[in-house]
Amino acid sequence: MRWLRRNLVSIIGILVLVYLFIPISVVTALSFNKPAGKFNISWNELSFDAWTNLCGVPGVCSSFVTSLEIGLVSTLVATLLGTMIAFALVRYRFRGRSTTNLIIFLPMATPEVVMGSSLLALFLNLRFPLGTVTVAIAHIMFIISFVVVTVKARLQGLDPRLEEAARDLYASPRATFRYVTFPLVLPGIIGAALLGFSLSFDDFIISFFNAGTLVTFPIYIWGAAQRGIPPQVNALATLVFVIALLIVLTSQFIQYRRRKALAAN
Amino acid sequence: MAPVLPSAAVAPPSTVAQRRSRTGYVLLFPGMTWLAVFFAIPFVTLFVTSLQTPVPGKSGRYQLGLEFGNYATALAEYWPAFVRSFAYAGIATLLALIIGYPLAYFIAFRSGRWRGLMLVLVIAPSFASFLLRTYAWKTILADESPVTSFFNALHLLPDGRILNTSIAVIAGLTYNFLPFMVLPLYAALERIDPRLIEAANDLYASPVTAFRKITWPLSMPGVVAGTLLTFIPAAGDYINAELLGSTKDRMVGNAIQTNFIEFRDYPTASALSFALMAAILILVFTYIRRAGTEDLV
Repeated sequence: MRWLRRNLVSIIGILVLVYLFIPISVVTALSFNKPAGKFNISWNELSFDAWTNLCGVPGVCSSFVTSLEIGLVSTLVATLLGTMIAFALVRYRFRGRSTTNLIIFLPMATPEVVMGSSLLALFLNLRFPLGTVTVAIAHIMFIISFVVVTVKARLQGLDPRLEEAARDLYASPRATFRYVTFPLVLPGIIGAALLGFSLSFDDFIISFFNAGTLVTFPIYIWGAAQRGIPPQVNALATLVFVIALLIVLTSQFIQYRRRKALAAN
Repeated sequence: MAPVLPSAAVAPPSTVAQRRSRTGYVLLFPGMTWLAVFFAIPFVTLFVTSLQTPVPGKSGRYQLGLEFGNYATALAEYWPAFVRSFAYAGIATLLALIIGYPLAYFIAFRSGRWRGLMLVLVIAPSFASFLLRTYAWKTILADESPVTSFFNALHLLPDGRILNTSIAVIAGLTYNFLPFMVLPLYAALERIDPRLIEAANDLYASPVTAFRKITWPLSMPGVVAGTLLTFIPAAGDYINAELLGSTKDRMVGNAIQTNFIEFRDYPTASALSFALMAAILILVFTYIRRAGTEDLV
């Protein structure tokens, strides 16, 4: 009884973590299902069809590739622009800092439906054709803030003595940046890019408003929800989940090993 | 949106001297221009569109106008959806706080060397498609499912079902935005010096008193940030209402989407969207003022 009382928080904490994964286990389980009717929502029969024939349903793989392409392009541009802003915020003095901070904070505090619809209002008034370009523009817009926040945190956490040491050893500002600052900030930039890609790849609301007839992976799922989501979609989502989890766990493991090695020295 | 990992222990203070040079502006220019053109200006276009009037004789075409009546018409028709958005998001935020707090507390104080892994597990669900995870609740909360039968056995369900009711929508919102609650809570709890809690215990404070007087007040910045980061996206969401609710549970996001994309009634949709943003901003600022933490950013 006393044991239970002392560990109550841990037990509840772990139960909440388990709860976070319940829907994912459903998504994965249903990728091995042979749906009884149109809708793949209840268990019927074990089948590996979805996994052996991932692109078997028209539209699934093409929308998946569209999302990959848009994700890569938006992440690349947003990471570049966001990293530049983060460096300016941490390393330079300039006028209008509080306005800059506000404009960077606001996209993270604005509901997606408002961002999506206001951007659509802009494109409609300009009679700009909707499609890949407008979706990529939208994604870059909402990813930038997340990149700024992530890279900024990394930059602020840098030990200033490392750069001072480089300067003391007569490294030019360019060499200091190239050989000391940039390599130290790089993990933050990579983390920001991974976050940005996952945001772009999974975005539905903002994309749907600005897509016109373009079909991204989430837009495909939204459409399929009305007429039945094929198990192939579940298989692909499971695949994405596992790959992303492996990337993050590997990076955590490398960091853990590095910290242990540092502590041993 | 996916949650941001709180930056772990910022050990050495940044004392690198800030330079004043043109380079700062050059670095800011491209990104800030992008945000100005595709984030800030669209709010102006949204407002302008919300005041447009139909072109006579041409359906689906609108011209510049100053028709503030659009707001009255839109709100007269959709005020129940507005109320539902704020009520559902409010309840979901409260539930997320109640179940998110123990998890954040557990990670901050009890997980030891597994802390990094636990944080990964909190954000990991967002790697699986948002839409599919929401859709999965259709299976979990279906009429004959164990969950529904359990609550029915306790006679807790007014309609005898969960799916296609407001309960399912609120459950979905709570689930989907829980990580946004847990991460800021964790970041605030992690900064608390455990010796403060020990001191309270040494001075014969009961665990409840120690929590009420020490832990809870010190975690307040996390509570404020977490509730905002959960409430705002939840109030604007329409995926949960569409997939898990009935037509009687539609939120304002549903109305904005249908009016913009299906009915092509741009002024009504823009008025709803602008009103939603205004309502959220007013609510957020009153809340921050009352909670007394202005340094959130």
